[in-house]
Amino acid sequence: MSDTLLKVRDLKIGATVYPPGEKPHDIEIVHGVSFDLERGKVLGLIGESGAGKSTIGLASMAYGRGGVEITGGEVWVNGRDILKSPHGDIRKLRGGEVTYVSQSAAASFNPAKKIMDQVVEAAVEQKKFSRKEAERRARELFAKLGLPDPDNIGERYPHQVSGGQLQRCMTALALCPEPDLVVFDEPTTALDVTTQIDVLMAIKEAIADTGVGALYITHDLAVVAQVSDDIMVLRMGDMVEYGSTDQIINNPQEGYTQALVSVRSIEHEEKKPTPEPVLSVDGITARYKGLNFDVLHNVNVELHPGQTLAVVGESGSGKSTLARVITGLLPPRDGEITFAGRKLSPNLKGRNREDLRELQMIYQMADVAMNPRQTVGTIIGRPLEFYFGMRGAEKRKRIIELLDEIELGEKFMDRYPAELSGGQKQRVCIARSLAAKPKLIICDEVTSALDPLVADGILKLLLDLQKIEDVAYLFITHDLATVRAISDSIAVMYQGRVVRYGSKSEVLSPPFDDYTDLLLSSVPEMHLGWLEEVVAHRKMESAGN
Amino acid sequence: MHPIIKLVSQRLALGLLLLLGASALIFGLTEALPGDAAQAVLGQSATPEALANLREEMGLDRPALTRYFEWLGGIVQGDLGHSLTNKLDIAESVGGRLGNTLFLAFWAAIISVPLAIFLGLLAVRYRNRWPDKLISAVTLTTISIPEFLIGYVLVYFVAVKLGMFSPLAMINDSMTLGQKLNSIALPVIVLTLVVLAHMMRMTRAAILNVMQSAYVETAELKGLSNFKIIYRHALPNAVAPIVNVVMLNLAYLVVGVVVVEVVFVYPGMGQYLVDHVTKRDVPVVLACGVIFAAIYIGLNMVADIVAILANPRLRHPK
Repeated sequence: MSDTLLKVRDLKIGATVYPPGEKPHDIEIVHGVSFDLERGKVLGLIGESGAGKSTIGLASMAYGRGGVEITGGEVWVNGRDILKSPHGDIRKLRGGEVTYVSQSAAASFNPAKKIMDQVVEAAVEQKKFSRKEAERRARELFAKLGLPDPDNIGERYPHQVSGGQLQRCMTALALCPEPDLVVFDEPTTALDVTTQIDVLMAIKEAIADTGVGALYITHDLAVVAQVSDDIMVLRMGDMVEYGSTDQIINNPQEGYTQALVSVRSIEHEEKKPTPEPVLSVDGITARYKGLNFDVLHNVNVELHPGQTLAVVGESGSGKSTLARVITGLLPPRDGEITFAGRKLSPNLKGRNREDLRELQMIYQMADVAMNPRQTVGTIIGRPLEFYFGMRGAEKRKRIIELLDEIELGEKFMDRYPAELSGGQKQRVCIARSLAAKPKLIICDEVTSALDPLVADGILKLLLDLQKIEDVAYLFITHDLATVRAISDSIAVMYQGRVVRYGSKSEVLSPPFDDYTDLLLSSVPEMHLGWLEEVVAHRKMESAGN
Repeated sequence: MHPIIKLVSQRLALGLLLLLGASALIFGLTEALPGDAAQAVLGQSATPEALANLREEMGLDRPALTRYFEWLGGIVQGDLGHSLTNKLDIAESVGGRLGNTLFLAFWAAIISVPLAIFLGLLAVRYRNRWPDKLISAVTLTTISIPEFLIGYVLVYFVAVKLGMFSPLAMINDSMTLGQKLNSIALPVIVLTLVVLAHMMRMTRAAILNVMQSAYVETAELKGLSNFKIIYRHALPNAVAPIVNVVMLNLAYLVVGVVVVEVVFVYPGMGQYLVDHVTKRDVPVVLACGVIFAAIYIGLNMVADIVAILANPRLRHPK
């Protein structure tokens, strides 16, 4: 048998699209991609959303998601062209020779079945192992992947383990049938940085130990640099660059790859605090109805006019709850909020129109934050009518001004949200919040759903607008690179408490508290061997203790 | 306490409360009708004195609330009162008839529920292909035709022309089970045809909904066959909506069979109720109303409880 495990030649993939108001038609989403993967090697597929990387990964299992169809080319696995194989052979290939790890293990595990049943299912179904052998193998894999209580964790249901643990269970599921190739589709993207590092290391060691080949799909170049031997950069269904990991990271040839490597080029000078803060949060303690514990404990932060306070933390740290308290959606149990020199009513109902106008919000999911049946002009025009009573030509003039400010222009006025890209949608949401001429905008993970280059554009825009409009941002994020790029002051949150708070330079310079140190050191860095360095460093530290 | 026990006991309490409300509503509505039992007994030409005497004799001159609680107390002890027209104990006359109705509903359910779920699974397996379209077309046709028409058509073709089964569904205690089943075959077929479409369509929709989920994709990428994917991974997650519609249809089988019972002259609750409504026999109507309400609420409560039990998050809390 040759050493080539996967050979893809001139792969073309198409899909049927249903644009609003038009007839459905076929488009090509991958335009003739070729690559080889040797047994036991890892190839990273990297690109932004729409690059076709997941589609290519699934094509190696002869699978098309939704209306996606492979229209041309060859995919050779273990020396046979699977696109020409009968259906029964493809069923044997899936789950036997090639397995798949998805981005969201939480959604990919059946909620009604025990983890063990699902982990061994493919191995048993493909007659690779007996049920008993497969279970023994699964327990070994659970142990190897660093899961707690590997002998019994399989008896639990998916909702009874954490997200990071479930992602590792998914890796065990993929490795259990002893496949030749595993397709990892963004396996750590949905995890917090501190969890990501453990899962990444577990995956890397499991690949090395079992000697499987892998396709590693991600949009995060720093992550893929840690696990893959080769990298292929994709953009809109075309191959941009293909080479060894070392060459792509340290010596990228193509302009697009260079942009990906050097993303986050924003320089932002930290501003000095002014005497009067626009927002001060004093001793806020809050809990949700029906819970018997507080989700925020005595939170104190201040934000100055025209500046940015970044609230950073992992999921469950209470950062979005803080936003809900400030906006009045969740009245706190204790503490008070002073905004623009006046005390805010804890409850939304107690606030007047001026309070509402001066405090605006931008959300993570721009598409669900807009009415899909309203045009961009109507969406941006609504706050103009509501707060300023603008009508007719005056309103239209102001809408165009706002559209120019967000660099879209008048031609977007009559478009519907569905006709916009992710970045454009977020720009419209920014314009809508600016239309109210607010003093403060709460930005809740506004760039998390966007590709790095697009996110960069949004951050630059927000900084430019801050200079023009003198608006303050309360910027909620889990991404430390974003925090570095735009903040003047930072509050680090952990389990409902602010564990570190101060100006950007103070917070980001040593000495660190334990949590901030963990958080900062967990952000993947774009050089080879970073993962091993961090893990070795941590082992040394814990041994030292 | 285990959250399941708490939720289930909440549902039970709610069901009892609902039944109390239903009984008050039924009693109140019959009170609001013009005329009362005394009027019904004596007829339109009765003198006011005779009416007043009879009312006093029957206790109808006392306040409605008192009579409601007396009536309710009776029901709780199994005393449904006496029929106006034939003076018989209602509980006794209803007993046998309710048994007959339940017997008919039971056999209709035994056939229709598994068949509907199987057809639903089959429709998903071959969705948008001819088996799916055929199943939908046939079941939608049978639900669209009024049941009395299906009944008479079956009587004519099956019983009269082919000589199979009995055209009249008369049963009595001296018959063997085989004889009884032969006797009720036609009404069972009619009821099955009527309830099939609803349950089958819901099964299909609930499973198709689950088929969009990521864990079904995982199952596909494990190389499982289509039927295993549907049966192992989709069905367990579609139980709640399916059970809901099944229970609604079971309730219909018990409560809504009036027409079918009349067509086949079946000695069930439906016939009994229709007979006594025409005679303005208020105590019987009240009793039947409460029994129907209890069955309806009971079955829906079962659906709720099954839906709670089907949720792994509630069954196995963290």
